[in-house]
This record gives sequence, C-alpha cells and structure tokens, in this order.
Amino acid sequence: MGYKNATRSLTKVIEMKNITKKFGDFVALDSVNLDIFKGKVHALLGENGAGKSTLMNILYGLYYSTSGEIFINGEKVNITNPNIAIEHGIGMVHQHFMLIKPFTVAQNIILGREPISKMSVLNMKKALKDVKEISERYGLYVDPNAKIEDISVSMQQRVEILKALYRGAEILILDEPTAVLTPQEIIELIQIIKNLTKEGKSIILISHKLKEIKEAADFCMIIRRGKHIDTVVVSETTEEELASKMVGREVSFVVDKKDKKAGDEIFSIKDLVVKDNRNIITVDKLNLSVKKGEILGLAGIDGNGQTELLEAITGLRKIESGEIKINGNDITNKTPFQIINNKIAHIPEDRQKRGLVLDFDISENTILENYYKKPFSKKGILQYNNINVYANELIDKFDIRPKKASKMARTLSGGNQQKVIVAREITNDPDLLIAAQPTRGLDVGAIEFVHKSLIEQRDNEKAVLLISFELDEVMNVSDRIAVIYEGKIVGIVDAKDAEVEKLGLMMAGGGNK
Amino acid sequence: MIDTILTNLAMIIATTLMYSTPLVFTSLGGVISENSGVINIGLEGMMVIGAFIGAALGYFIGNPWLAFIGAGVAGGLFGLLHAFACVTFGANQIVSGIAINFLGPGIALFLSRIFFEGATMTKSISLDNKMPRPLNGIFPEGSLLNIIFDNQYATVYLALIMVFLFWFFLYKTKYGLRLISVGEHPTAADTLGINVMKIRYFAVIMSGVFAGFGGAAMSLAIVSNFRPTLISGHGFIALAAMIFGKWKPQGALLACLLFGGSQGLAVFLGQFDFEISSQLISMLPYVITIVVLIGFVGKSAAPSADGIPYEKEHKN
Repeated sequence: MGYKNATRSLTKVIEMKNITKKFGDFVALDSVNLDIFKGKVHALLGENGAGKSTLMNILYGLYYSTSGEIFINGEKVNITNPNIAIEHGIGMVHQHFMLIKPFTVAQNIILGREPISKMSVLNMKKALKDVKEISERYGLYVDPNAKIEDISVSMQQRVEILKALYRGAEILILDEPTAVLTPQEIIELIQIIKNLTKEGKSIILISHKLKEIKEAADFCMIIRRGKHIDTVVVSETTEEELASKMVGREVSFVVDKKDKKAGDEIFSIKDLVVKDNRNIITVDKLNLSVKKGEILGLAGIDGNGQTELLEAITGLRKIESGEIKINGNDITNKTPFQIINNKIAHIPEDRQKRGLVLDFDISENTILENYYKKPFSKKGILQYNNINVYANELIDKFDIRPKKASKMARTLSGGNQQKVIVAREITNDPDLLIAAQPTRGLDVGAIEFVHKSLIEQRDNEKAVLLISFELDEVMNVSDRIAVIYEGKIVGIVDAKDAEVEKLGLMMAGGGNK
Repeated sequence: MIDTILTNLAMIIATTLMYSTPLVFTSLGGVISENSGVINIGLEGMMVIGAFIGAALGYFIGNPWLAFIGAGVAGGLFGLLHAFACVTFGANQIVSGIAINFLGPGIALFLSRIFFEGATMTKSISLDNKMPRPLNGIFPEGSLLNIIFDNQYATVYLALIMVFLFWFFLYKTKYGLRLISVGEHPTAADTLGINVMKIRYFAVIMSGVFAGFGGAAMSLAIVSNFRPTLISGHGFIALAAMIFGKWKPQGALLACLLFGGSQGLAVFLGQFDFEISSQLISMLPYVITIVVLIGFVGKSAAPSADGIPYEKEHKN
C-alpha cells in the first residue's frame, strides 16, 4: 500500500520541514522532514548519534534548528523554549527522567503548573484530585503520595507521561522509553501507548529496538547520520529490512556460532554469600562454575543479586562467606588489582560509571589497568608515545570511532564507549571475561560487534560469564544458561534445549530447582 | 535548692535564645540559597557587613528598624555579587564565597575608618536606639518568665516568625516548590518552563539579606556596636547549623538553638570561679560544632544539585 497511500486520509498534526542542525562544522541533521498524524504512533529509528534525539529536542524547544520550519495543525510555529512546545500540546518523556526525587508523584506532575488557592499557596487537595483524574482516564496507575525515590523505574516513567498529559499534551515524544524497562514492563508500556492513541493522542517513539517498533508503531522514519533515509508503514516491513536501512548494510540477527565442546572447569563459586548496601543478604549460598571455551549466560530479572554477585567476583564488594577460585587460586575478598592480575576481566554494567574515566581520552582509558607496566610507564613516568601507539592499534582493530586517540571518552557515542571497554578488557587476554549487560542501550551494529567479541573469546578457549536481563541475548550467545532468582541459581540448562517459557518461569521463581 | 536550679535554667534559656538569634537569621539565609542549588559559604562575610552597616546606621540614624533593614540591603548586595559570579558566570561557588568572606570584613573596616575617625570600632548606640525589648517589664520581677523574656530583643521573636515563614514558603507555596526543584534537578525544572537563573538569583540575594539581618541582630541587639572580632565565625556556625538541620528551616532552628545554647552555657559557666580557663570554656560552641558535624553530617542529604552551576545545553 505504501506510506503515501496509508497516510492520505489522516490528519497531519505536526509537519517538520527541511530541518537542518549544525553543531559547529558537524551536520547533525541534514534537511530532515517529518510528518506526524493524529492518533498514530510514529517511530524514529536510527543508530546512536544518528540525530533522533536532536530532531526531537528541536521540536521540544531545547535546541534551535539552524534552518527549517515547523507547522503544528497547519500553523507555522517558532518553538524557542519548552514552554512554547507545551503550549502547543507537545510533551516529552526524556530518556533520563526529569523527576525531582524527594518530591511526591503529585508534586512532580504539577510542578510549574501548580493549582493554587490564594497568594501562591499550593492547593494540594486539588492537585491530588487532578492527578487521580488523569491517571484513571488513561489507565496509568500511580500512587500520587509516593515519593519518586521510593517507586520503581516503570512507575517513574508513568509519572513522566502523566506530567505531559497534565499539561494537555496531544503529541507525546517518548525518547528511548524501553531502555530502562524489564520485558514485562515493556509489554505494559506498549499497552499504555495503545490506550493513548485510542484517546486520539499522537506518539513519537524514539527507539533502536526493532521488536518494539514492530509491535507498537504505525509508521517508522529511519535516520542515518543526520539524513532521512526512508519512512515506511511498519506492518508492511520486516525487522531485517528496518535494520539494514538503519545501519546501511545487511545485519544478521542470528548469532554466528560454531558448535564447540567446552574444556575443563576454570572458574568456580562455592556457597557465596554477599550482602547489599542495606545489609540484606542478596547472594545466598550461590554455586556456579564456568569452563574453558564456554559462554555461561546468567539469566534473571534485575535485582535478584546479579549486581552484588558481579561486585563480589570483581572485588568491589565484601564477601560474607564462601569461596571464589580461578585456575585453582583463591580470589575471595582479594582487591580488584589482585583479581585483575589473576586474569579476570570485567565489562561493567554501567559503562560510564565503572567502565571509563569519562574525562580521560581514549588512549588513557585503554591503559587503565596497565598504566604502570612497561612500555606504558618507565620509572614511574607515563610514556605517552607508546600509549598512543597502543591506543591507535586498538582503535583500528576494534573500529572505534572517531579514529582519534585524543578524543575524550565523554564525547563518544554509547556504542563506541563500549568498544573502548571491550577492546581494553579483551586485549588483556583474560582467562575469564565477565560481561555485564554488555549491549545495554546499544544499536544493532554495536550489539553484533560485542556478541562477536564474546564468541571469539570462547573460540580461543577462554571462559566467558555473560550477565544480562535480555533473555534473547542470553539464549543466542550462551552455551549454557544459569538462572538466578533471589540470590540463588535455580537451574542450569543447555542453551540448545532452552525454551523461553521455561526460562521465564524460572526467572520468576517458579519451575524446577 | 530547686528554685536556684530553675533560676539558673531560666538564665541558660534566656542566653540561648539571645545568642541563637543571629545564627537563626543567617542559617535561614543558607537554607534558601542551598535549596536553590547555590552553596553560600560567604555567609560569614555577609554577616560581617550586615553587622557593620546595622551598627553604623543605628548610630547615625537612631532608628534600629531602619538600621536593620539597611543591614539586610547591604547583605543582599553581597548576595547579588555572589549570584552574579555563581549563577551568571558559573564560577566556583566555594571560591566566590571565600572571596566574599575576605571582602566583607575588609569593606566593613574600610568604611569604619572613614566614618568613625579612623577607629576600627563603631561608636556605641544608646540603649534607647537599640532594638526594642517587647516583653520588658511585663512579667513580675524575679519570676522565671521575667528572667527568660525580660531582656529579649525584638529580633528574637522576629527570627522565630521568620523560621515559620520560611517553612511555609518552601513547603506550602508554589514558589517554594519551584525553588526546591531548581536545587534538586535544574534541567528538569527548565524543561517545565521554570526560570532557573531567576530563582537562583532571588534565593542567593535573599540569602545575603538574611545573613545581613543576622549580623545586625548581633550589633543592634546583643551588643551595641561593631568591632572586627564581633562575628568571628558565627557565619560558619550558622552554615554548620543549616547542614546539621538537614537544609530545612525548622532543622536549622533547632541546630541554632543547640549552638546558641552552648554559647549560652559558656557565658553562664564564665560567672563561676572554675579551675578551667575562660578561653577553654569559650571554645565550647566551636567544639560542639565539630563534634556534631562529625556525628551527623553523614546522614543528612544536601539538595542534589547543590554547588553545581547550571548551564543550558548548547542550543545554537
């Protein structure tokens, strides 16, 4: 049927025409057009740094476009700040939530548009009533009196959506809304999106997750490096087609992996007990072992002890009891330095907090663990020439972009930041590589790269422990899958025999032990 | 026996109220500034200039209330300076605060030498031109209420009223809600169309005004002139009280009463013939400050964006 025919009878609510945005010499958006139709979900698909968020920030008045025009309901508008966008019925749910943590849900929703009684005195009674009203109308359940710091991430997201609806939003921009959600919460969010469009709201969904776009969106515009590539009707396309348009080449979804027999056990955890920050036991007599030449996937829902387990192995958290061994050496409660020297490498969960020093450049980040060794350091003086040579080798080998060792880590895209970490950790030639959420927030191209790197490690007879909340990832990449629930391993299955339903049940605490 | 204890207790309460008052004003200044996200360690310098202007105007004009307001204006000007550096130019808030702590006493001394014939001390204000004592002579002579309230200046009651007004402003009005949101998450506030710069300017200027009041509450009530050693650390104690009070007006009040109380205790103990030298006893408030901060500061949480300059993302 085609995009033109499909949209012929629809009402256009937003028209962005020839939007160009330059940051200095860099062209972030090159004459991009975007149409949004009433009651429809419009996805914006592109790799990290393609310009999706920039385009939306222009629509929301956070950036000014270098040139181009915006029409809302056929009327030309000049959106110079978020207030004007809000007045025109545009609401935005940012990827990083814009919530005041010590405030209650209701306070956050009314902030800036507070109902008052007399003399600017807050009328919280009316606020609570208003919040309850819209929350019931759109089926977005929240507790108006709960503090933001006490509620779950998905609840916080609902508060953000309510914030926009409270301001009368007709057009809702959702910036990577599922990046922080569990699979179950994603299903709920898609239902919410459907409810909203039923009420006549238009949704702009920024995403690089193809599955969600297929499930939730009506139309999809693809942007690559600031250029408009295509706009398609989602029901008439496939995930493969979307992916290749986004990346500009064919992408394989099937992880290419040869069958392989695992070797001897190299890493083992016995009866491990670890407490979390609140002093509650979160890893409870856990047993686990990884063999040479295998990828052991650890599946589980967030908050079942994965973080604490990871921190215990890497020496970042105290172990109450139990034993961790690698190559027969006891590394229980050793320092991270000693653990690294026992040939354990670690791709951390939070790449910006633990993986990189954001204000160091690429070259400095590549030697974080080896800075004191020759040839990077001689008699305590850093040898920048040697460091740069080494960094440039890694940049070439791992295709880190931009190809400039003096680039600050902070300025790299998420995918390239992750490449720096992967490059550093793998080049250390570890016997055990621990990868925690290694593809979180990455686009398909970068995900492919990370998976390939993990499999290469395994093919080189090394052990890999993959911790991930994405069940698809665990199932595709691993050789064996262990399921963690409430700090215990509740089952281990061969990846070949694994079934989604069974694993899902085990992750939720049901099923066989 | 019981009578003596009660009388002594009443005397300690009286001195506590008296000595807490300048701290309460200044501490409120800290509360409003830091809740908007701007650290103000310049409270000390602002207090000094307030104390000087209060004493000088009190001497020349003879109206304590005009002098008190003048002190607030002087403090507010210093607040404006701090806001200019920290809010408009995103300067380091600690450095700006330190500069103000040097500038305040410097300017006070400079002006004192000009207007008081080269003296570093202003001339004393007569008792009639000091702050009024609203409850003077109301209670029967020798009663406990008389001991507590007879000699309290109007600033004591004003400070207590101000604590309530600050609490009401911060937690019950829309501007208070916005001010706190700016101190917690300025980007979020900005995306809701709240003017971060304007609110921070307002808060930092008010902070100076109240530190000025705090200084004047010293020089127009507790004593009757200004001298360079008059404030000597009270601004910092007020800052500590604000932190100890978890950045809340009511908490700051309690902390100020504690610190004022330790000062009162030092004065009270000073009248006895102890084997402890008076210098050691007068260290008490400062020692208590340190001990309290070591014990409690870890548990209190500053506004999330406190001390971080807010810059909009590159728009153009």
